[in-house]
Amino acid sequence: MLIKKSDDILPSEITDKNAYLNRRQFLKEAGLYAAVASAGGLLLPVSSEAAVTHNENGIYKDIATGPYTVDEKLTSYKDVTSYNNFYEFGTQKGAPRFRAAEFKTRPWKITVEGECEKPGMYDLEDFLKTDWMEERIYRFRCVEAWSMVVPWIGFELNKMLKQFQPNSKAKYVEFETLYDPKQMPGQERAILDWPYTEGLRIDEAMHPLTIMVVGLYGDILPNQNGAPLRLMVPWKYGFKSIKSIAKIRFTEKAPVSSWMKSAPSEYGFYSNVNPNVAHPRWSQARERRLGEDGFFSRKRKTLMFNGYGEQVASLYSGMDLSKHF
Amino acid sequence: MEQKTISLLKGVVFVVCLIPAILLFYNAFTDNLGANPVEEITLETGTWALRFLVLTLAITPLRKIFGWSILIRFRRMLGLYVFFYACLHFLAFIWFDHFFELDEMIKDVIKRPFITMGFISFVMLMPLAMTSTNKMMKRLGGKRWQQLHRLVYVIPFFVVIHYLWKLKADFLMVGIYTLVFSVLLLWRLWYRYSNR
Repeated sequence: MLIKKSDDILPSEITDKNAYLNRRQFLKEAGLYAAVASAGGLLLPVSSEAAVTHNENGIYKDIATGPYTVDEKLTSYKDVTSYNNFYEFGTQKGAPRFRAAEFKTRPWKITVEGECEKPGMYDLEDFLKTDWMEERIYRFRCVEAWSMVVPWIGFELNKMLKQFQPNSKAKYVEFETLYDPKQMPGQERAILDWPYTEGLRIDEAMHPLTIMVVGLYGDILPNQNGAPLRLMVPWKYGFKSIKSIAKIRFTEKAPVSSWMKSAPSEYGFYSNVNPNVAHPRWSQARERRLGEDGFFSRKRKTLMFNGYGEQVASLYSGMDLSKHF
Repeated sequence: MEQKTISLLKGVVFVVCLIPAILLFYNAFTDNLGANPVEEITLETGTWALRFLVLTLAITPLRKIFGWSILIRFRRMLGLYVFFYACLHFLAFIWFDHFFELDEMIKDVIKRPFITMGFISFVMLMPLAMTSTNKMMKRLGGKRWQQLHRLVYVIPFFVVIHYLWKLKADFLMVGIYTLVFSVLLLWRLWYRYSNR
């Protein structure tokens, strides 16, 4: 597969002019949102086109589409960027878009620890390599039974992890979101055990479907979607795809994620999309595709491994998936 | 207060209580309910039923504490609005979640405890709404009517559990509602005890 190389300028070196120009609009809307929210109603339309259109000439517009692409209707940019579970910026789906507007994503350091030859502090810029970048159009299935189809921009996680030279004891990879309550107001309350933590088995992490995301819709990744760097594991429930990653740790033992700590009987380590294993409180057999399954269509059937069984089912052969949920 | 003024006031309250539903319909038709309008409608109708339940239960304490006896004239309407928003909430559930497939819906009511709780609350609201007319009040007789309508003190318990069991994290709002309901119900106990 060919990856087009647009130029020698690193994406990170370009100022996102559109975001800059929209700054005042963001602030204005953040004010409006706060006013409406405090009025208690949340009934007035808070959406506005201005802040939810991407730059058609986004910094990743020339990145070629990679393999595993799904041939399904894309969820609109507006929906992808205004309906977010990102509890660090509020537990209401519409909140992160406003409350993360001022989140500082540069400079961004990633701490690498544990069972590897090259631990240390890395700069985000070390990984924004033009020849790594691909567009991947993936299904995204939330544990809350809604789904999207998103054109992510990113690179295979294995390319990044190999640079740290994990040793033979590295059986798992643990990820942590930035912990900074000053910037992430949601962390001021113990909604979850902060910092948000997730983990993958090393073979899951090295799988070519697993990517690190830095953009979407050919543009830079919006803060509410987990800027500047987030995971995307398309065959697992959305909460596994941790946002705003600040730490990567190679471990011998399976990491315990924030959701596992919060409700061990409800969220397991694997959390593979599985229509046959219900969440203890609701069914996972069907899902609502945002922008498509609305008032006049039934929820669609959820696919095993979110439709990526051909690629990943072998990772779990011989395992009882109702036990290892 | 004159009967005419009260009728006018009732009209105003009636319209005001309808505004959330009107806005919800309007925003649904103009596609202003965000990425998941179906979820938004389900959440909003449920939340408004909950808010009207708080208001209905607040009438008696407010009346007794501040001597605002006129409030009693609005209690029935507020109670019926609980039922109205609960009906919309239930409609959203059978329409959006199950697309009117009754057997699927029944399975859900039985299998999912949080839905069971919501369903029980809804069922308990039914006899209260049905016996809310003057005619029914007379037919039942004041005492029996009152006994039946004590159900309203039980409903908050089921409603709060329904809300709580549906959540993944962030229990702040359900905590606030629990506190408010507790105050409203405990005040009644205290009032009864101290006025014996």
